Amino acid sequence: MNRALTIGAVLSGAFALAALVSFIWVPYDVTGVDIGNRLKVPSMAHLLGTDHFGRDIFSMIMVGARTSIAVAVVAVGIGMLIGVPLGLAAAARKGSLMDELIMRGNDLVFAFPSLLIAIMITAVFGASAVNAIIAIGIFNIPVFARLVRGAALGLWTRDYVLAARVSGKGAARISFEHILPNVTNLLIVQGTIQFSLGILAEAGLSYVGLGAQPPTPSWGRMLAESQTMFSFAPHLAIFPGLAILLTVLGLNLMGDGLRDVLDPRLRRARR
Amino acid sequence: MLRFVLKRLLSLVLSLAVASVVIFLFVEVVPGDPAAYMLGMNAQEDTLNALREQLGLNGGLFERYASWVGGMLRGDFGTSYTYRTPVSEMIGERMWISLPLALFALALSTAIAFPAGIWAASKRGSFADVSVMSLTQLGVAIPNFWFAMLMVLVFAINLRWFSAGGFAGWDAGFWAAMKSLTLPAVALALPQASILARVMRSSLLDTLGEDYIRTARAKGLSRRQALWRHALRNALIPVLTIIGLQFSFLMAGAIIIENVFFLPGLGRLVFQSISARDLIVVESVVMLLVFAVIVVNFLVDIAYALVDPRLRVRA
Repeated sequence: MNRALTIGAVLSGAFALAALVSFIWVPYDVTGVDIGNRLKVPSMAHLLGTDHFGRDIFSMIMVGARTSIAVAVVAVGIGMLIGVPLGLAAAARKGSLMDELIMRGNDLVFAFPSLLIAIMITAVFGASAVNAIIAIGIFNIPVFARLVRGAALGLWTRDYVLAARVSGKGAARISFEHILPNVTNLLIVQGTIQFSLGILAEAGLSYVGLGAQPPTPSWGRMLAESQTMFSFAPHLAIFPGLAILLTVLGLNLMGDGLRDVLDPRLRRARR
Repeated sequence: MLRFVLKRLLSLVLSLAVASVVIFLFVEVVPGDPAAYMLGMNAQEDTLNALREQLGLNGGLFERYASWVGGMLRGDFGTSYTYRTPVSEMIGERMWISLPLALFALALSTAIAFPAGIWAASKRGSFADVSVMSLTQLGVAIPNFWFAMLMVLVFAINLRWFSAGGFAGWDAGFWAAMKSLTLPAVALALPQASILARVMRSSLLDTLGEDYIRTARAKGLSRRQALWRHALRNALIPVLTIIGLQFSFLMAGAIIIENVFFLPGLGRLVFQSISARDLIVVESVVMLLVFAVIVVNFLVDIAYALVDPRLRVRA
């Protein structure tokens, strides 16, 4: 068993589990205010302490995981749903006007500093989790389009594609029946990496107040709220940050591990 | 070579044109009337109209686009709705924080990544390699604004080596100004240094496997000599691309980091303008940043073609 994959899967699995469990149970209610218990340091009653409203930080991190994961999953989904067909189409008609347009469009999106545009989108259409998802999703499109086109170009020269063409299959059918299944491994690996980048992006947007809005708990906003208090209550800033770090680290390790497992050629090259 | 430069130049101009249209249309769809926003709820209709006229908001879509782009070409970025000062002046002022910050971070990231990547590659599989790679995994995963907060906690609040935020100003002297940029630059540089170190390492490992390295070893060079004389130069090509790309990450990443440290730079300007619906500022600063990114990538492309004749044909 691949070690990076194991550690990564355990780490990201733990946060996914925390997010799922939070739907049915959290140690403390995260919407209530309990002023008597404000700014408590970590103890047996409150594992990670409480914030300035007396809310349990452990519970908030569990619910926050939900926000982060939901935003990142949908953003990656948008990128794949639009990017993959674009990449397949560009590869199927290599050198055509369509290919040229798709690739130049990709270059254009890449030229925009992604975070800046994400900030613009959320600012123009209002700060909300949905707009954060769209903003992050748009920048996933060219990533997948490019990846799929590159891989598909190689596959189009294979004999089995030739055989499919001879048997009368059209470009669209070949793309979905023969090319797509052969790029799935790449998509899984890249999807994991984009997923982790999405979590970081969501945290950044929420931190500047452009992501999920109160009362939806989110890791980025917990950090933003802690900023005026972390000089005397550092636990407010440390734990949400650690949650982001560990989730992203887990996903990255998982991505590396998956690449090694799914692509034997790379495994040899990396050693 | 000339053909290559012209071709790249044409695509540069095209990208800039498309980018400007996208940014313009994007800001165009923003709900809300800046004039109404500036004058408040009780403004009279004719006062509103007069202000719209003054701000150039009454013309047609194309007319406004043309005057925006035409103005920028002449160095006139319009007038801020909220501050009533020329946008070019505001940009000029804040550029002196954002640009040094980005360059400082870029220098730091390169200074960390090069030795780390080369060291890891030259001792592949050793403890050094594994530790460098593990550290870069952490560096990529850490949210840089959180890392910035932790540094403030340790170096500003507990040790009191740096101030927790704000900018001393270049008037206070070069070192004082650099000191207030140090923590932000480190925070910005860390993830970029991690990425760059990984690219450096893998690129170097690739070239170390090339035939000409074996030839170099066969003619009697030590591993170390082969690495420094032959492998490193060839490994630098992908590394340069990444450095070019990182420039755009640094400019954008600065928006968040400038907020952590209350630095009055371009990023904070964009952010404040967005909340004040000061769209002409947003439009112009975003265009300027995109312009910078596209031009830097263009220069990187040209630099390659100069270094590596093979690339002139391919592009």
